[in-house]
Amino acid sequence: MTITFRSETFRDDFTFRNSLYNIRRFPFPFDRDEYMYSVNMEPHIRGKADSVFENLIDVDEHYVAEMQDRAMVLKEDPLRCQALPHMMAAQWDVLELLMEHQAQDYPEHFTLEKNGDRWRWINRPMGIDDTFTFGDPSTLPYPPMEYITRQAQGDFCIVDQRDNNLWMDAGMVTTQADWSLDFDIGMNFMEWHGPVPLAHQIGVFDRALKFLLNLQQGKPTRRLNWTMTVNPRLDTSPENYHKWGPDRTTVTPENVGEKMHLRVELQSLWRLPRSNAILFVIRCYLISLDELVTVPKWGRRLPRVLKSLPPEIVDYKGLTRNRPIMIDWLAKYDDGAPTSAGIYPD
Amino acid sequence: MLVQGIKSRPEYKGLDIDPHAKRHLFVLEGEGAAALTAQVELKDTDFLAKSEILYLAAGAAPKAYDVVLSALSPDVFWQAPTLQPLLFRLRACLEQAQMGTRLYIAGTEGFIGQIMQVALEFGIDFNSIHTEHRGSTARRVQCVHCKGITDNVTTSPFACTHCGLPLLVRDHYSRRLGAFQGVNIDAEEPGTAPAPEEMFP
Repeated sequence: MTITFRSETFRDDFTFRNSLYNIRRFPFPFDRDEYMYSVNMEPHIRGKADSVFENLIDVDEHYVAEMQDRAMVLKEDPLRCQALPHMMAAQWDVLELLMEHQAQDYPEHFTLEKNGDRWRWINRPMGIDDTFTFGDPSTLPYPPMEYITRQAQGDFCIVDQRDNNLWMDAGMVTTQADWSLDFDIGMNFMEWHGPVPLAHQIGVFDRALKFLLNLQQGKPTRRLNWTMTVNPRLDTSPENYHKWGPDRTTVTPENVGEKMHLRVELQSLWRLPRSNAILFVIRCYLISLDELVTVPKWGRRLPRVLKSLPPEIVDYKGLTRNRPIMIDWLAKYDDGAPTSAGIYPD
Repeated sequence: MLVQGIKSRPEYKGLDIDPHAKRHLFVLEGEGAAALTAQVELKDTDFLAKSEILYLAAGAAPKAYDVVLSALSPDVFWQAPTLQPLLFRLRACLEQAQMGTRLYIAGTEGFIGQIMQVALEFGIDFNSIHTEHRGSTARRVQCVHCKGITDNVTTSPFACTHCGLPLLVRDHYSRRLGAFQGVNIDAEEPGTAPAPEEMFP
């Protein structure tokens, strides 16, 4: 299928919108009317057609605009992309994985030709046609991870495995929900999750770590995570919090449907073949409340979920100020009818 | 006492003397001197003949720990006037260090963090370094916005000494940076920062 890429922005005038097709395929993260942290992992296998699970590396109508936004973030702050020196083999693993998936699932847009170590990569939406030697970083304009993640939607962390732990040792992070790669690089699994409330106490991270240490090649896994963002802003980094923080005071009962966005991360984890590292893809999807309530089931469920949140989660996700406005506004979409199980529209 | 339960903060387990080390390198600051003298009182003192002590008196200068440390008659006792020459000397020691050298660090958390950074550059596994927190609980904090580091932060919020933003000190520590994370506290409504509160005396 040929995707029509939108021309839009994730800053300043915020022209980002979802098409009707894209709204229906949004990965709504709540499979019931309440929410609590859990080890909500499932195999990352192909799902329904016209869902974000149709392909394992999803490319959608926002691809070109997201890549333009990433390039802007990197110009302002090159520290959003970093790799510790021992991660070069893993960087090549990531380049191979992303090129192969994009070329296989979107042949109209991407082509990968391999002739031994000599590879040709064609990215038509971005106008790129490069030939390089796999394994030789001097033949690419950027280091391998940076090269390919400037051409792939989502944030990417490469996690090294040693001493029975996982270590955040490389990443491209420009669409993050308020965490800093520059601060967290080099940390282990428990350390980088340090600030998350409640989940440590209920053992979520112990179980998740145990599970991930045993992740097998060819059997990627996934989970959904979520927060809410005012305006469709991809770069909600702590680095720029003093720039986007004031957005939170601009929400009113009149504009909440347009301004407030549910921000969902489709997180997928992949064992890499050469390095034995794990690629952690954090793909961000945004949808405004106006768009979201066009699906009746989601309009009923979201206010119920927001009401059920423990105060620690409300605080950690930065929802304290605007949760009451959202719940009030969403109330008219909840007629009290039961909702069907699972995340998909009825 | 340091605040407990911060997952990303190293545990400072104490300067337990390693009986198998061929050489002991002690890097001590201020009250950290007492961490070593406490060991001397507990243990056989043979290790002192194989010990090198680098000492920075800092705020504890009036207590004259340098006299006490020097009187232990280690193989080497060297005192730095400030942190910079101490780090220079430490690098020289680590360049020449042999297999079997054990590194010990004691002092304030900011000091431990900065010495640990040098050790990590030299490829020393942080788990192998013996550390003990002594003295003030002041924090070394990196501003997440401008990346500037402010030493000896005792309040939260505090004004970043580089960009001036009022920063909340988060309970999140980077070993690589040897610092806690500081995040603008009044980003949503500039000018509404609460008054600084003494949190880390």
